[in-house]
Amino acid sequence: MEGDYERNSNIWPIKNQFETKRNSDKASMSPHNVEEKKENEMKSSQASSRTLLIDTAQESRRRFIRQAGTAAFSGIAVALLGGRSTALAASVVDDAVAQDIRILNRAAAAEHEAVAAYQLGAESGLLQPEVLKVAVAFQDQHKQHVDALAKAVRSLGGQPAGPRKDYGFPVDKLTAQEDVLQFAAGLERGAVSAYAGAIPLFDNRDLSAAAASILADEAMHWAVLRHALGLDPVPGAFFS
Amino acid sequence: MRAGDGACAAAVSMVAAGFIGLPFLATGAPPRGDPVVGERVYARCIACHSPDRNRTGPLHCGLFGRVSGTAPAYDFSAALREAAITWNAETLDAFLKAPLEAVPGTTMGFAGVADDGERRDLIAYLKMLNAASEACGSVAASNALES
Repeated sequence: MEGDYERNSNIWPIKNQFETKRNSDKASMSPHNVEEKKENEMKSSQASSRTLLIDTAQESRRRFIRQAGTAAFSGIAVALLGGRSTALAASVVDDAVAQDIRILNRAAAAEHEAVAAYQLGAESGLLQPEVLKVAVAFQDQHKQHVDALAKAVRSLGGQPAGPRKDYGFPVDKLTAQEDVLQFAAGLERGAVSAYAGAIPLFDNRDLSAAAASILADEAMHWAVLRHALGLDPVPGAFFS
Repeated sequence: MRAGDGACAAAVSMVAAGFIGLPFLATGAPPRGDPVVGERVYARCIACHSPDRNRTGPLHCGLFGRVSGTAPAYDFSAALREAAITWNAETLDAFLKAPLEAVPGTTMGFAGVADDGERRDLIAYLKMLNAASEACGSVAASNALES
Protein backbone atom coordinates (compact mmCIF):
# COMPACT_ATOMS: atom_id res chain seq x y z
CA MET A 1 0.00 0.00 0.00
CA GLU A 2 2.96 2.32 0.40
CA GLY A 3 3.02 5.15 -2.03
CA ASP A 4 -0.69 5.12 -2.84
CA TYR A 5 -1.14 8.58 -1.40
CA GLU A 6 1.61 9.99 -3.52
CA ARG A 7 0.34 8.34 -6.69
CA ASN A 8 -3.35 9.01 -6.30
CA SER A 9 -3.71 12.34 -4.56
CA ASN A 10 -2.93 15.93 -5.28
CA ILE A 11 -0.78 16.42 -2.23
CA TRP A 12 0.81 19.66 -3.28
CA PRO A 13 -2.22 21.95 -3.55
CA ILE A 14 -0.77 24.88 -1.68
CA LYS A 15 2.45 25.74 -3.43
CA ASN A 16 3.20 29.40 -3.96
CA GLN A 17 1.48 30.49 -0.75
CA PHE A 18 4.92 31.13 0.61
CA GLU A 19 7.73 32.32 -1.59
CA THR A 20 10.67 32.46 0.79
CA LYS A 21 12.94 29.46 0.85
CA ARG A 22 10.39 27.55 -1.12
CA ASN A 23 12.81 25.77 -3.37
CA SER A 24 15.04 24.43 -0.65
CA ASP A 25 12.14 23.32 1.49
CA LYS A 26 10.32 21.79 -1.41
CA ALA A 27 13.34 19.68 -2.12
CA SER A 28 13.25 18.41 1.44
CA MET A 29 9.57 17.62 1.11
CA SER A 30 9.64 16.04 -2.32
CA PRO A 31 7.55 12.90 -2.79
CA HIS A 32 10.72 11.03 -3.65
CA ASN A 33 12.39 11.90 -0.38
CA VAL A 34 9.28 11.22 1.60
CA GLU A 35 8.95 7.85 -0.04
CA GLU A 36 12.53 6.98 0.81
CA LYS A 37 11.99 8.07 4.36
CA LYS A 38 8.85 5.99 4.57
CA GLU A 39 10.62 2.88 3.37
CA ASN A 40 13.54 3.39 5.71
CA GLU A 41 11.62 4.22 8.85
CA MET A 42 8.50 2.12 8.56
CA LYS A 43 7.87 0.49 11.88
CA SER A 44 6.33 -2.93 12.09
CA SER A 45 3.77 -1.65 14.56
CA GLN A 46 2.62 1.00 12.11
CA ALA A 47 2.25 -1.58 9.39
CA SER A 48 0.28 -3.74 11.74
CA SER A 49 -2.12 -0.91 12.55
CA ARG A 50 -2.79 -0.19 8.89
CA THR A 51 -3.27 -3.85 8.14
CA LEU A 52 -5.65 -4.14 11.08
CA LEU A 53 -7.78 -1.30 9.75
CA ILE A 54 -8.00 -2.76 6.25
CA ASP A 55 -8.49 -6.34 7.38
CA THR A 56 -11.12 -5.15 9.81
CA ALA A 57 -13.02 -3.34 7.09
CA GLN A 58 -12.89 -6.39 4.83
CA GLU A 59 -14.09 -8.63 7.62
CA SER A 60 -16.75 -6.07 8.45
CA ARG A 61 -18.04 -6.26 4.89
CA ARG A 62 -18.09 -10.04 4.96
CA ARG A 63 -19.87 -10.02 8.32
CA PHE A 64 -22.48 -7.57 7.10
CA ILE A 65 -23.12 -9.68 4.03
CA ARG A 66 -23.48 -12.79 6.19
CA GLN A 67 -25.87 -10.95 8.51
CA ALA A 68 -27.89 -9.64 5.60
CA GLY A 69 -28.20 -13.14 4.17
CA THR A 70 -29.24 -14.51 7.52
CA ALA A 71 -31.85 -11.81 7.96
CA ALA A 72 -33.23 -12.40 4.50
CA PHE A 73 -33.95 -16.08 5.13
CA SER A 74 -34.66 -16.20 8.82
CA GLY A 75 -38.23 -16.40 9.96
CA ILE A 76 -37.03 -15.41 13.43
CA ALA A 77 -35.57 -12.24 12.03
CA VAL A 78 -38.87 -11.49 10.32
CA ALA A 79 -40.69 -12.00 13.60
CA LEU A 80 -38.30 -9.73 15.45
CA LEU A 81 -38.99 -7.09 12.88
CA GLY A 82 -42.70 -7.35 13.53
CA GLY A 83 -43.42 -9.17 10.33
CA ARG A 84 -42.21 -6.32 8.17
CA SER A 85 -40.35 -6.93 4.97
CA THR A 86 -36.98 -8.57 5.26
CA ALA A 87 -35.81 -5.72 3.04
CA LEU A 88 -35.87 -3.67 6.22
CA ALA A 89 -33.32 -5.98 7.82
CA ALA A 90 -31.03 -5.57 4.84
CA SER A 91 -31.61 -1.84 5.00
CA VAL A 92 -30.54 -1.74 8.64
CA VAL A 93 -27.34 -3.57 7.73
CA ASP A 94 -26.73 -1.20 4.83
CA ASP A 95 -27.28 1.76 7.12
CA ALA A 96 -24.67 0.44 9.54
CA VAL A 97 -22.11 0.01 6.76
CA ALA A 98 -22.96 3.43 5.35
CA GLN A 99 -22.45 5.02 8.74
CA ASP A 100 -19.06 3.35 9.17
CA ILE A 101 -18.08 4.62 5.70
CA ARG A 102 -19.18 8.16 6.59
CA ILE A 103 -17.14 8.10 9.78
CA LEU A 104 -14.06 6.75 8.00
CA ASN A 105 -14.40 9.33 5.26
CA ARG A 106 -14.81 12.20 7.70
CA ALA A 107 -11.56 11.07 9.32
CA ALA A 108 -9.89 10.74 5.91
CA ALA A 109 -10.93 14.29 4.99
CA ALA A 110 -9.39 15.64 8.18
CA GLU A 111 -6.22 13.63 7.53
CA HIS A 112 -5.96 15.11 4.04
CA GLU A 113 -6.16 18.56 5.59
CA ALA A 114 -3.44 17.67 8.08
CA VAL A 115 -1.17 16.59 5.22
CA ALA A 116 -1.79 19.91 3.47
CA ALA A 117 -1.24 21.86 6.70
CA TYR A 118 2.16 20.27 7.27
CA GLN A 119 3.01 20.98 3.64
CA LEU A 120 2.11 24.61 4.23
CA GLY A 121 4.35 24.72 7.29
CA ALA A 122 7.22 23.01 5.48
CA GLU A 123 7.03 25.43 2.57
CA SER A 124 6.74 28.47 4.81
CA GLY A 125 10.47 28.82 5.25
CA LEU A 126 9.78 29.46 8.92
CA LEU A 127 10.83 26.10 10.34
CA GLN A 128 14.31 25.36 11.61
CA PRO A 129 15.88 22.30 9.97
CA GLU A 130 15.33 19.98 12.93
CA VAL A 131 11.72 21.09 13.29
CA LEU A 132 11.19 20.70 9.56
CA LYS A 133 12.43 17.13 9.83
CA VAL A 134 9.83 16.37 12.48
CA ALA A 135 7.09 18.07 10.46
CA VAL A 136 7.94 15.93 7.44
CA ALA A 137 7.81 12.77 9.57
CA PHE A 138 4.40 13.74 11.00
CA GLN A 139 3.10 14.57 7.53
CA ASP A 140 4.22 11.16 6.33
CA GLN A 141 2.28 9.48 9.12
CA HIS A 142 -0.83 11.43 8.20
CA LYS A 143 -0.40 10.19 4.63
CA GLN A 144 -0.29 6.66 5.96
CA HIS A 145 -3.51 7.32 7.86
CA VAL A 146 -5.12 8.56 4.64
CA ASP A 147 -4.06 5.44 2.75
CA ALA A 148 -5.30 3.10 5.46
CA LEU A 149 -8.64 4.88 5.82
CA ALA A 150 -9.14 5.01 2.04
CA LYS A 151 -8.53 1.30 1.68
CA ALA A 152 -10.88 0.58 4.56
CA VAL A 153 -13.58 2.64 2.84
CA ARG A 154 -13.05 0.78 -0.42
CA SER A 155 -13.22 -2.55 1.39
CA LEU A 156 -16.67 -1.55 2.66
CA GLY A 157 -17.76 -0.68 -0.86
CA GLY A 158 -17.47 3.09 -0.49
CA GLN A 159 -15.69 5.87 -2.33
CA PRO A 160 -12.84 7.41 -0.31
CA ALA A 161 -12.85 11.13 0.35
CA GLY A 162 -10.14 13.01 -1.52
CA PRO A 163 -8.22 16.20 -0.71
CA ARG A 164 -9.73 19.63 -1.25
CA LYS A 165 -8.17 21.97 -3.76
CA ASP A 166 -8.02 24.83 -1.29
CA TYR A 167 -8.12 24.71 2.49
CA GLY A 168 -8.12 28.45 3.05
CA PHE A 169 -5.39 28.21 5.66
CA PRO A 170 -4.72 31.40 7.65
CA VAL A 171 -1.42 32.04 5.89
CA ASP A 172 -1.27 35.70 6.91
CA LYS A 173 -1.23 34.66 10.58
CA LEU A 174 1.78 32.37 10.19
CA THR A 175 4.77 34.65 10.50
CA ALA A 176 7.09 32.67 12.79
CA GLN A 177 7.94 29.09 13.60
CA GLU A 178 5.89 29.32 16.77
CA ASP A 179 2.81 30.27 14.74
CA VAL A 180 3.24 27.21 12.54
CA LEU A 181 3.71 24.93 15.54
CA GLN A 182 0.65 26.34 17.30
CA PHE A 183 -1.40 25.93 14.15
CA ALA A 184 -0.29 22.30 13.79
CA ALA A 185 -0.77 21.61 17.50
CA GLY A 186 -4.34 22.87 17.29
CA LEU A 187 -5.09 20.52 14.43
CA GLU A 188 -3.51 17.57 16.23
CA ARG A 189 -5.39 18.32 19.44
CA GLY A 190 -8.60 18.50 17.43
CA ALA A 191 -7.76 15.21 15.76
CA VAL A 192 -7.43 13.51 19.14
CA SER A 193 -10.96 14.63 19.99
CA ALA A 194 -12.26 13.75 16.55
CA TYR A 195 -11.06 10.16 16.83
CA ALA A 196 -12.19 9.95 20.46
CA GLY A 197 -15.61 11.09 19.30
CA ALA A 198 -15.71 8.72 16.35
CA ILE A 199 -14.48 5.54 18.01
CA PRO A 200 -17.70 4.82 19.96
CA LEU A 201 -19.78 5.16 16.80
CA PHE A 202 -18.39 2.42 14.61
CA ASP A 203 -20.83 -0.42 14.18
CA ASN A 204 -17.85 -2.73 13.80
CA ARG A 205 -15.98 -2.52 17.07
CA ASP A 206 -12.77 -3.72 15.44
CA LEU A 207 -12.79 -0.54 13.38
CA SER A 208 -12.94 1.32 16.68
CA ALA A 209 -9.80 -0.46 17.84
CA ALA A 210 -8.01 0.34 14.61
CA ALA A 211 -9.02 4.00 14.80
CA ALA A 212 -7.72 4.09 18.37
CA SER A 213 -4.25 3.25 17.07
CA ILE A 214 -4.44 6.37 14.87
CA LEU A 215 -5.65 8.43 17.82
CA ALA A 216 -2.56 7.37 19.77
CA ASP A 217 -0.34 8.62 16.94
CA GLU A 218 -2.17 11.98 16.80
CA ALA A 219 -1.80 12.34 20.56
CA MET A 220 1.95 11.79 20.31
CA HIS A 221 2.16 14.46 17.60
CA TRP A 222 0.28 16.88 19.82
CA ALA A 223 2.56 16.18 22.78
CA VAL A 224 5.72 16.66 20.72
CA LEU A 225 4.43 19.93 19.27
CA ARG A 226 3.49 21.22 22.72
CA HIS A 227 6.96 20.33 23.97
CA ALA A 228 8.50 22.21 21.04
CA LEU A 229 6.37 25.23 22.00
CA GLY A 230 7.70 25.09 25.56
CA LEU A 231 4.37 23.87 26.93
CA ASP A 232 3.63 20.93 29.19
CA PRO A 233 3.50 18.12 26.64
CA VAL A 234 0.88 16.18 28.57
CA PRO A 235 -1.33 18.76 30.28
CA GLY A 236 -3.86 16.38 31.74
CA ALA A 237 -4.81 12.81 32.57
CA PHE A 238 -7.98 12.68 30.48
CA PHE A 239 -9.02 14.10 27.13
CA SER A 240 -12.20 14.00 25.15
CA MET B 1 -37.90 18.14 3.46
CA ARG B 2 -39.42 14.73 3.90
CA ALA B 3 -42.41 14.34 6.20
CA GLY B 4 -40.62 11.68 8.22
CA ASP B 5 -37.60 13.83 8.81
CA GLY B 6 -39.76 16.74 9.86
CA ALA B 7 -41.60 14.59 12.35
CA CYS B 8 -38.31 13.25 13.61
CA ALA B 9 -36.83 16.72 13.97
CA ALA B 10 -39.98 17.90 15.72
CA ALA B 11 -39.84 14.96 18.08
CA VAL B 12 -36.19 15.70 18.86
CA SER B 13 -37.06 19.31 19.57
CA MET B 14 -39.95 18.33 21.81
CA VAL B 15 -37.86 15.88 23.74
CA ALA B 16 -35.08 18.42 24.07
CA ALA B 17 -37.54 21.08 25.19
CA GLY B 18 -38.97 18.70 27.75
CA PHE B 19 -35.64 17.82 29.28
CA ILE B 20 -34.44 21.38 29.25
CA GLY B 21 -37.71 22.91 30.36
CA LEU B 22 -38.11 21.07 33.63
CA PRO B 23 -35.05 22.53 35.38
CA PHE B 24 -36.12 25.97 34.19
CA LEU B 25 -39.45 25.59 36.01
CA ALA B 26 -37.63 24.62 39.18
CA THR B 27 -35.12 27.46 39.20
CA GLY B 28 -36.95 30.17 37.28
CA ALA B 29 -34.07 30.78 34.88
CA PRO B 30 -32.00 28.64 32.58
CA PRO B 31 -28.40 28.04 33.61
CA ARG B 32 -26.06 30.20 31.57
CA GLY B 33 -23.08 28.83 29.74
CA ASP B 34 -19.64 30.39 29.96
CA PRO B 35 -18.32 31.25 26.49
CA VAL B 36 -14.74 31.44 27.75
CA VAL B 37 -14.94 27.86 28.95
CA GLY B 38 -16.88 27.04 25.81
CA GLU B 39 -14.00 28.20 23.64
CA ARG B 40 -11.80 25.62 25.37
CA VAL B 41 -14.41 22.93 24.75
CA TYR B 42 -14.42 24.05 21.10
CA ALA B 43 -10.82 22.79 20.83
CA ARG B 44 -12.41 19.35 20.42
CA CYS B 45 -14.12 20.56 17.27
CA ILE B 46 -11.19 22.07 15.42
CA ALA B 47 -10.04 18.94 13.67
CA CYS B 48 -13.00 19.57 11.37
CA HIS B 49 -14.43 23.03 12.13
CA SER B 50 -13.31 26.64 12.28
CA PRO B 51 -15.37 29.69 13.20
CA ASP B 52 -14.64 31.54 9.98
CA ARG B 53 -14.10 29.01 7.18
CA ASN B 54 -15.54 25.79 5.85
CA ARG B 55 -13.27 22.81 6.37
CA THR B 56 -14.13 19.14 6.73
CA GLY B 57 -17.11 20.56 8.59
CA PRO B 58 -18.92 23.85 7.98
CA LEU B 59 -17.96 27.21 9.51
CA HIS B 60 -19.69 28.30 12.71
CA CYS B 61 -19.84 32.08 12.38
CA GLY B 62 -23.49 33.02 12.13
CA LEU B 63 -24.64 29.58 13.27
CA PHE B 64 -27.36 30.84 15.63
CA GLY B 65 -30.56 31.38 13.71
CA ARG B 66 -29.27 29.58 10.62
CA VAL B 67 -31.22 26.65 9.21
CA SER B 68 -29.27 23.39 9.10
CA GLY B 69 -27.70 22.61 5.76
CA THR B 70 -27.63 26.22 4.57
CA ALA B 71 -24.18 27.57 5.50
CA PRO B 72 -22.75 29.13 2.35
CA ALA B 73 -20.44 27.14 0.07
CA TYR B 74 -20.53 23.92 2.10
CA ASP B 75 -21.67 20.56 0.77
CA PHE B 76 -23.98 19.27 3.50
CA SER B 77 -25.39 15.79 3.87
CA ALA B 78 -28.93 15.32 2.64
CA ALA B 79 -29.86 14.42 6.20
CA LEU B 80 -28.96 17.86 7.61
CA ARG B 81 -30.46 19.71 4.66
CA GLU B 82 -33.72 17.82 4.93
CA ALA B 83 -33.86 18.15 8.72
CA ALA B 84 -34.15 21.95 8.28
CA ILE B 85 -33.44 22.59 11.95
CA THR B 86 -33.16 26.21 13.02
CA TRP B 87 -30.10 26.32 15.25
CA ASN B 88 -30.68 27.81 18.67
CA ALA B 89 -29.69 26.82 22.20
CA GLU B 90 -32.32 24.12 22.43
CA THR B 91 -31.78 22.49 19.05
CA LEU B 92 -27.99 22.68 19.39
CA ASP B 93 -28.21 21.08 22.82
CA ALA B 94 -30.14 18.14 21.42
CA PHE B 95 -27.84 17.81 18.40
CA LEU B 96 -24.52 18.18 20.20
CA LYS B 97 -25.52 15.66 22.84
CA ALA B 98 -25.72 12.87 20.23
CA PRO B 99 -25.47 14.11 16.62
CA LEU B 100 -26.11 10.79 14.92
CA GLU B 101 -29.17 10.11 17.06
CA ALA B 102 -30.54 13.60 16.50
CA VAL B 103 -29.97 13.55 12.74
CA PRO B 104 -29.29 10.04 11.45
CA GLY B 105 -27.29 10.21 8.27
CA THR B 106 -25.29 13.29 9.16
CA THR B 107 -21.65 13.00 8.17
CA MET B 108 -20.62 14.44 11.53
CA GLY B 109 -19.12 11.24 12.86
CA PHE B 110 -18.77 12.42 16.43
CA ALA B 111 -20.31 10.84 19.49
CA GLY B 112 -21.24 14.21 20.98
CA VAL B 113 -20.60 16.24 24.11
CA ALA B 114 -22.14 14.20 26.88
CA ASP B 115 -21.65 16.62 29.78
CA ASP B 116 -24.58 19.03 30.15
CA GLY B 117 -22.40 21.84 31.51
CA GLU B 118 -19.80 21.51 28.78
CA ARG B 119 -22.56 21.62 26.19
CA ARG B 120 -23.99 24.79 27.72
CA ASP B 121 -20.55 26.42 27.67
CA LEU B 122 -19.91 25.32 24.10
CA ILE B 123 -23.27 26.65 22.96
CA ALA B 124 -22.59 29.96 24.74
CA TYR B 125 -19.36 30.23 22.73
CA LEU B 126 -21.06 29.30 19.47
CA LYS B 127 -23.70 31.96 20.14
CA MET B 128 -20.95 34.58 20.28
CA LEU B 129 -19.73 33.70 16.80
CA ASN B 130 -21.67 36.42 15.03
CA ALA B 131 -20.91 39.59 13.09
CA ALA B 132 -19.68 41.32 16.25
CA SER B 133 -17.15 38.59 16.98
CA GLU B 134 -13.49 39.21 16.25
CA ALA B 135 -13.20 35.60 15.09
CA CYS B 136 -15.84 36.27 12.45
CA GLY B 137 -14.46 39.52 11.10
CA SER B 138 -13.45 38.11 7.73
CA VAL B 139 -16.80 36.38 7.32
CA ALA B 140 -18.72 39.53 8.25
CA ALA B 141 -16.65 41.51 5.76
CA SER B 142 -17.72 39.13 3.02
CA ASN B 143 -21.38 39.80 3.90
CA ALA B 144 -21.92 36.12 4.62
CA LEU B 145 -23.40 36.97 8.02
CA GLU B 146 -26.73 38.61 8.42
CA SER B 147 -26.14 39.93 11.91
